[in-house]
Amino acid sequence: MYGRGLRPLAIVTLVVLIGGLAMAFFYAPVDADQGVIQKIFYIHVPMAIVALCGFVAGGVMGAAHLSSGDRRWDLRSYVAIHLSLIMGVGVLVTGSIWARAAWGHWWVWQEPTLVSFLVVFLLYATYQPLRFSIEDPHRQARYASAFAIIAGAFVPLNFVAVRLAQPLTHPRVLSSTGNLPGEFGVTFLVCLAGVALLFATLWKYEMASKHAAEQLRALRSRLAEAEAPGPPPRRAVPAGVGGPVS
Amino acid sequence: MPALSLGQAGPYVAGAYLAFLGLILVYVAIMAGRLSRLERELERLAALARRVGGEPPEEETGP
Repeated sequence: MYGRGLRPLAIVTLVVLIGGLAMAFFYAPVDADQGVIQKIFYIHVPMAIVALCGFVAGGVMGAAHLSSGDRRWDLRSYVAIHLSLIMGVGVLVTGSIWARAAWGHWWVWQEPTLVSFLVVFLLYATYQPLRFSIEDPHRQARYASAFAIIAGAFVPLNFVAVRLAQPLTHPRVLSSTGNLPGEFGVTFLVCLAGVALLFATLWKYEMASKHAAEQLRALRSRLAEAEAPGPPPRRAVPAGVGGPVS
Repeated sequence: MPALSLGQAGPYVAGAYLAFLGLILVYVAIMAGRLSRLERELERLAALARRVGGEPPEEETGP
């Protein structure tokens, strides 16, 4: 079900991602202000955008679960949040590397952009412990969906708050269209498409894996029921044969 | 801070891209581990299904 179309999607993802990274190094010019270090921007920012959108999508899927009662939406929400968290790790690591090269520090606590992303990341880092601390699967799905909705609503609010705050050192690269002229903008958009496709591919991949595992579990319990010895079958015993000896 | 030269900035850029690649590879490796667990489970279930159905165990065939 989820594995359908995964192969062409994976191929398109690979082509767009490799094309985007090739454009970042061979097509986009070296930034006059930051130099070569600006090349990190082409993976760092798309990952941040896709991770934040993934968190919001997880919230929307959680809402779909609560409104429809269909537990497949909960699974979709779980996988979207799980992948966004992984992307979040990538954002924090690549951002720290960029900060070390550009500012001379791995982390700047006064910068609202960095701290706000860390807050969002840590908020979602509590999602899995919360989820798996609840044993009842229905309650687990309901609580996880409620968490996904509340946290998902927090993400855009947080983004707007950061935009309104006074920046310290972190560049606001997407605040106006003039910030990404010509080749920079095209390369950035291709990289963004590549990372978004990567997210979609991995989401489908994980969903297919989870769906297969679920089907196997159901099959196992059915087979176990079939194998378990039930009540002894009734046999028609002819009179006088094998009957109690009196 | 002034822009770093290619020699100075190179390791940082390579480090960031390798971190990105490493993250994807770790994820794919974990998923591959899960897939092999699913395959083992499928083999166990196939054996169980044969037992329940009273069929003889399937012989190993070539690819």
